[in-house]
Amino acid sequence: MHWLQALGRSAISSINGLGRATLFLVDLVACLGELRRRFAEVMAQLHNIGVLTLSIIVVAALFVGMVLGLQGYNTLVDFGAESSLGLAVALFLTRELGPVLSALLFAGRAGSALTAEIGLMKATQQLDAMEMMAVDPMRLVVVPRYVAGVVALPLLAAIFSVVGLFGGYIIGVGLLGVDSGTYWSSIKEGVDVFDDVFNGIIKSIVFGFVVTWIAVFQGYDATPTSAGVSRATTQTVVAASLAVLGLDYVLTALMFGKV
Amino acid sequence: MASRTIETLVGCFVAAGIGAVAFMALKVGGWDSLGKSESYVITAEFSNIGGLTAKAPVTLAGVAIGRVEDITINRDDYSALVAMRIDSRYDNLPEDTSASILTAGLLGAQYVGLEPGADDFYLEDGGKIQITQSAVVLEHLIGQMLFNQAGGG
Repeated sequence: MHWLQALGRSAISSINGLGRATLFLVDLVACLGELRRRFAEVMAQLHNIGVLTLSIIVVAALFVGMVLGLQGYNTLVDFGAESSLGLAVALFLTRELGPVLSALLFAGRAGSALTAEIGLMKATQQLDAMEMMAVDPMRLVVVPRYVAGVVALPLLAAIFSVVGLFGGYIIGVGLLGVDSGTYWSSIKEGVDVFDDVFNGIIKSIVFGFVVTWIAVFQGYDATPTSAGVSRATTQTVVAASLAVLGLDYVLTALMFGKV
Repeated sequence: MASRTIETLVGCFVAAGIGAVAFMALKVGGWDSLGKSESYVITAEFSNIGGLTAKAPVTLAGVAIGRVEDITINRDDYSALVAMRIDSRYDNLPEDTSASILTAGLLGAQYVGLEPGADDFYLEDGGKIQITQSAVVLEHLIGQMLFNQAGGG
């Protein structure tokens, strides 16, 4: 009966965790009203989370776009349809790869940093110290980081898609000889602003909410030891990545399933 | 880092992000060409549309002037009813314009080609093209060829 007990214990603890995370989110949303007073802190976090993630996003997007251009061309040329290369690259990027890959990179680069930072604050009792001074750490520490993450990810995803398009352009037009006008006109013909572009942006907004939520919660909920912080950081990257991929399927089925 | 530098960098980041969204909406999504121009809808009945799909281009003399908006079946005579949204800049299509379903390349996507007539009256919103030519279905073509050969030999 040992393994049954262990199964039960882990189920109860994960349900407990979900409950704590939900309560945490409710607390967090309740504090959003005073955001105006924390403007400078939000700025600083936007720099930490957004601007410093930009380089990895741009480099990754460029290479993803170039790979899409190369692979897409080699597949399409068999059907004599290499004029649709731009369209293929654009649909992949706007619908899927832009939001999903930037969310995964964001979880790895910014999410883990958020968890480690908040977790260490907890481990070194900085959060307790704030409470002693009647400063709510939720308002001072968590809310600005959360808001910055939610704002940053959709912007990063949009930048990812655009840079990826140019990556595909470099390979498709520069190297493989697809006509430059055809590349852009096939994109404009085939990509719908609501069906494809806006749905992609909605995806990235959802991912921003979820990834940042997981990151700040894991930090706030971490066991205040060095091992606990390290486990929480790992947990953030794993849970956020899985959540992004799972949610991506659900959102895709909702948005594009009927086509 | 000084807070001014941080604010400037964040400003650049937000501007780049919003610029990217705008680029996607306007250049990639083609919102600018949709929003500006007025359009009107004409219909045509085909006995067989082959592989024509919604959003396929409608061309006149090879120039795309609109898109296929909707394809339905006419319940009375079982023909396919194709609704086409045409850019209002081209509102002078004669009433006896004919429409045929053509294929881009040998295996490419299908589109509607319009051939202007000589009538003095123009097609208006909701107008219907009378003269149509259905899609060439490859299987029918091959079947016909085999049939002819069998008859000849």
